[in-house]
Amino acid sequence: MKHFSISFIVGGGLTTLFIIAAILSFFWTPYDVELLNIKGKFATPGFEHLMGTDHFGRDILSMVMVGTRNAIAVSLIAVGIGAAIGVPLGLWAAATCMNGSRIIDELLMRGNDLIFAFPSLLLAIMITAVFGPSIINAIIAIGIFNIPVFARVSRGAALSIWPKEYISAARVAGKGSTRISYEHILPNILNLLIVQATIQFSIAIIAEASLSYVGLGSQPPDPSLGRMLNEAQTMIFFAPWLAYFPGGAIVALVLGFNLMGDGMRDILDPKLRQRSETGKASNDAS
Amino acid sequence: MKIINLIIILFLGWPSIGWPMTLNVGLQLEPPNLDPTSGAAAAIDDVVYGNIFEGLVRINEFGDIQPSLSLSWDLVNNGKSYIFYLANDVLFHNGDRFTAADVKFSFDRAKSNGSTNAKKYIFKPIVDINIIDPHTIMITLDQARPDFLFNIGLGDAVIVNEDSADRNSFNPVGTGPFKFVKWVRGDRVELVRYRKYWGPSVFLEGANFKFITDPLSAYTAMKAGDIDAFPNYPAPENLFLFKNDPDYEVVVGLTAGETILATNNRNPPFDNLLVRKAIAHAIDRSELIDGAMFGNAVPIGSHFAPNHPDYIDLTGLFPHNLDEAHKLLLLAGYPNGFNVSLKLPPPIYARRTGELIASQLGRVGIKVKIENMEWAQWIDQVLINKNYDLSIVSHVEPMDINIYANPNYYFGYDNDDFKKIIFDIESSTDAINSSQLYKLAQKKIADDAVNGYLYQLGKYGVWKAGLKGMWANYPIRSNDLRGVYFVGGEQ
Amino acid sequence: MSSFLLKKIISLIITLFVATGVIFILIEVVPGDPVAFMMGLSGSTEAADALRIELGLNVGPWARYVDWVWGMVNGNFGISYTYRVPVIELIRERALVSVPLTVYALFLSTAIAIPAGLISASRRGSLVDTSFMGVAQLGVAIPNFWFAILLVLFFSTTLKLFSASGFPGWDAGFLICLKALTLPAISLALPQAAILSRVMRSSALEVMNEDYIRTARAKGLNKNQALLRHGLRNAMIPVLTILGLQFSFLLAGGIIIESVFSLPGLGRLVFQSIVQRDLIVVKSIVTLLVFSVVFITFIVDLLYAAVDPRLREGN
Repeated sequence: MKHFSISFIVGGGLTTLFIIAAILSFFWTPYDVELLNIKGKFATPGFEHLMGTDHFGRDILSMVMVGTRNAIAVSLIAVGIGAAIGVPLGLWAAATCMNGSRIIDELLMRGNDLIFAFPSLLLAIMITAVFGPSIINAIIAIGIFNIPVFARVSRGAALSIWPKEYISAARVAGKGSTRISYEHILPNILNLLIVQATIQFSIAIIAEASLSYVGLGSQPPDPSLGRMLNEAQTMIFFAPWLAYFPGGAIVALVLGFNLMGDGMRDILDPKLRQRSETGKASNDAS
Repeated sequence: MKIINLIIILFLGWPSIGWPMTLNVGLQLEPPNLDPTSGAAAAIDDVVYGNIFEGLVRINEFGDIQPSLSLSWDLVNNGKSYIFYLANDVLFHNGDRFTAADVKFSFDRAKSNGSTNAKKYIFKPIVDINIIDPHTIMITLDQARPDFLFNIGLGDAVIVNEDSADRNSFNPVGTGPFKFVKWVRGDRVELVRYRKYWGPSVFLEGANFKFITDPLSAYTAMKAGDIDAFPNYPAPENLFLFKNDPDYEVVVGLTAGETILATNNRNPPFDNLLVRKAIAHAIDRSELIDGAMFGNAVPIGSHFAPNHPDYIDLTGLFPHNLDEAHKLLLLAGYPNGFNVSLKLPPPIYARRTGELIASQLGRVGIKVKIENMEWAQWIDQVLINKNYDLSIVSHVEPMDINIYANPNYYFGYDNDDFKKIIFDIESSTDAINSSQLYKLAQKKIADDAVNGYLYQLGKYGVWKAGLKGMWANYPIRSNDLRGVYFVGGEQ
Repeated sequence: MSSFLLKKIISLIITLFVATGVIFILIEVVPGDPVAFMMGLSGSTEAADALRIELGLNVGPWARYVDWVWGMVNGNFGISYTYRVPVIELIRERALVSVPLTVYALFLSTAIAIPAGLISASRRGSLVDTSFMGVAQLGVAIPNFWFAILLVLFFSTTLKLFSASGFPGWDAGFLICLKALTLPAISLALPQAAILSRVMRSSALEVMNEDYIRTARAKGLNKNQALLRHGLRNAMIPVLTILGLQFSFLLAGGIIIESVFSLPGLGRLVFQSIVQRDLIVVKSIVTLLVFSVVFITFIVDLLYAAVDPRLREGN
C-alpha cells in the first residue's frame, strides 16, 4: 500500500475531530442546547462560553456540536438511502442490458434522467411544502437525489465488468445474473462506490446546510448549522461569532471529508481519479 | 406653490439638495396586486392607501377619521343614514371627474355577488345608496352602525373609477396625490406626484416602493443608502445600530397587531379555564419582549391596542408566577403537565416568541413541540380546520376584538355574555356607552384567559435623519406619504 | 442513424409527458388552498367562492390537467393567481434577470477555472498547483449563501462599492445592471469555478499522456505549447459537459442567492409562488426548468453519438 498523502492525513484528522465531537454530543455538551437564558445573551467568546452565546443566551459550542451531529446523521442516512436504492437499480439495469433486454435499462435510465432534471432545491422545498419541514423530510429530499447518482455510477462500472472472462465463467457455471451481480460485480465496483459515497457525503452536508438555512431542515429547539447561520445573519454586525463558528464548522467538515476522499481515492485506485472527478462535478452541478 | 410649502421653506430653510425628491421606501412584502378592494394582503395597502387611492374618509396615523373625498357628512335617520358632501374638482389619474356616481359604483361593486372584496361585511348592511346630486350622496344602513364610518376609511372601501376598476390590480387609477408609473415585479413600484391632485400639494416628487424580503438585505440596503426609509423595519435585533448612528432616525411606534398565544378552547386540556389561567401565569412577558423583540414592544393583557383611548391595562391580571401556575395545573388534574404542539407561522416574531414560549411552558411541565409552517399551511390547518393546540400570531386588523364573538373562529370561544357585549357595541350610537362596553369586552376575554396575551407588535420606523412626516404608528396598514418631506443636509 | 434519432425523439417526448404528470401530481398534493391564502385571516367565504370561480379552480383535477397541458402546447401558460398577469409574462420578466446572471456566473467561473486548471496541470506538483487546488478545495466547501453574505458585508456595507440588493431593470443601463449582478454572480461562480478547475486540471493531465501530445513534443514544442495547440480541444470535452449541466443548475439554483440579494429572478419567483400557493406559476416554471435540462441532455446525447458511432449501436 502507498504511503498516506498529506491531504488524507489533514482530511482524516478533521473528520475524526468532528466525528468525535458529534458522538460526544450524545452524552455531553458544555451546556444544555435547549436552555434559554435571555439575561446571558450575546456573551462574547471567552472562558465561560468558548464560542460565546446567541440571542437566546444559548451556548454556541454546544449548538455547533449537536448541529454537526445532525448534519452528519442527515448526510449519512441520505447517502445510505441513495446507495441502498441506487446501486441495486444500477446493477439490475446493467444485468438486463447484458441479457439483451434494453427496456428495463431504458426505463430506469429515463427515470433517472427525470429525477436528475428536477431542480434539487426546488424539489426539496416542494417536498417540505407537502409534508412539512422536518429532519426526516430533509433526509428524503437529499436522499432522492442520491439515487440516480449511485444508479448511474454502478451501472456504468458494472457494464465494464460484465464482458470480463471470469463473469462468462460464472455464467457457464450456471449462476443467474442476480447472483453474479452480487457475488462478482458488486465486490469489484465497491472501491468506486466508496469513493463516490465520500463525494456524495460532502455534497449532502452542503445541501443540508442550505435546506436548514431556508428553514426546511431540523426544527427548533434542535440545533442545525444552517439555521444558526440564518438566525445569525442580522446580528453579525455586533455579534460576528454567531456566524463564524457554525459557518466555519460547515466549511471544515466538508473540507475534511473532501480531502479524506481524495486521499482515499489515491490509495484505493489512482486510476479512478479522473472518472470520479467528472462524476463529482456532474452531480454537483445538478 | 401651496402655502404650506412656503411656510416650511420660510421656517426650515430650503432643503439643500434633492428637493423635491423621489423617496425610496423599503417594504418587506411585495403586494400580490395593487387593487386594495380585492385580496386581503396588507402589502397592497402598504403601497396604495392614501397615496394612489382615497376613500370617502381617511384614517390618519393616530387612527382618527379625517375628511377625504367627503369633505363633511351628516348622520340622519337615528344614525341609520349618512349624507356625504363630496369634494369638487377631483380628477382621477385617468382624467375622469369624480362624482357621487363613482361612490355608488364602488360600493355596489364591493357588495355585488361576484365581488372578491375580503371585507364584504362592511358593505352588507347598506340597504340603499341615493345620489342626491353629483356631489351629495346618502347611504342608508339596515340599522345604526357607528363603526361604519371607520370601516369605509379602510383600503377595502376606496373609491375607484368605473372605466379603470377592472385593471386596478396591475394599473391602479385613483384620486390620490401620487400616480402609478410602473411596477417592476419582484423589485419595486414607482409612483410620481399627480400634478392635478385636488388636495394640498405634496412635497415629494415621487416615491419608489422597493421590496426587500431578506432582513439582512434590509439592513445592508439601509446602510448602503439604497433606501431612504424603512417604515416597518424587519429586524428589531439590530435596530440599536441605527439608533446609535446620527445619520438615521429610529421611531418605534405601535401597530394594530395584538400578538397572542392563540389557544384552541374547543379541545382538552384548553377547554379547562384552570389550564388557561395556569398558562397565563407561566408566561413571562418581559422575557418575551426582551428575548424575541429586543425590548421593542409593549405588553398587553387583553386583545386591544394600548394606544386606543378605550384601552385598559390588564397585564397585572395574571402576573408571572410559576408556583401559581403549578397549583392551577394540579387543580385541573395535570400535576405532571401534558404534551402540546405549537404551530408557528413564518414571521420572525412568531418563530422567536415560539421558542421562548416553549421554554417558559416547559418550566411548568408543559412539553411543547414546535411546528414551523408556511402561511398557506397555517391558514389551512389552524385558521380553517382548527387543527391545532397553540399558535402564535399577531392580529393586525384594527379594532378586531369582535372576532371573539364568533364561536366558529379558530379560538373556539363561545360565550353568550361576550356576544351580548359585542352586539351592544355594534348598535350603540352613544360614544360614552360604547367606550364602557369596549372596556367590559377587554376585561371579559382577559378573565376567561381565552388566549395568552403577549405584546402589541411594534412598528419599527428607520429613516435617514432629516426625513419628516413618516407615520410613527400603524393604526391601519398604510404608508401615506402626503406629509413627508426632507429638511437640511444631503439626502 | 435515423432510427436512432427517432428512438431518441420518442423517448424525449415520453419523458416530457411523464414530467408534466409528475409535476402536476406533486403540485396537486401540496396542501394549502391558494384562495384561502389570498383571503387572509378575515376574508369572507362568499368572496372566496367568487375568487375560486374567477381563477378556474372550481373544476376537477383531470380537467385542470388537460387544460394546463393543452394550454402549454399552445404556448398559453395561464394567468398567475396572485399577480393576475399571464404567467409567461412573469417568466419573461424574471428570465431577463436570471439568464444574464447565470451567463455572467458561468463566464466568471470559466474565466477563472480554465486558466487555473491548465496552469495547475502544466506545473503539476508545484507550489502553484498545490495552492490553486487548495483554494479549489476550500471553494467547494464554502456554502454559496454564506459566501454571499460575506461579500455583501465587505463590498456593500464596509466599502460601499456595490449596492447591497435589488435590480434596477435593464432600461437603467447595461453597466448599472451588470454592476448589480456582480456580487451575486461571484457568489454563484465560486463553487462552480472550484469544481470546474479540478475537472480542467485532471482532464488536461489525462490529455498530456496521449500519444499525439508526445508526438508534438517530440517535434520540438514545449509542454505548454503542445497542450494549448493540440490538447486543449480534447481536454475541453468533459469541461463542456459540466458547463452544460451547470447552466441549468444555476438557472434554478439561484433561489437562495437571489433572495440574499433581493433579485427579481426566476428562483425567487418560484419560491415565493410556492409560499403564496400561486400553483400555476410553480407548475409552469418547474416544467420549463425540467424541459430545459431534459433538452440539454438530449442534445448532449446526440452530440456524443455524432462523435462516437459505437453509442448509436446501443452498446
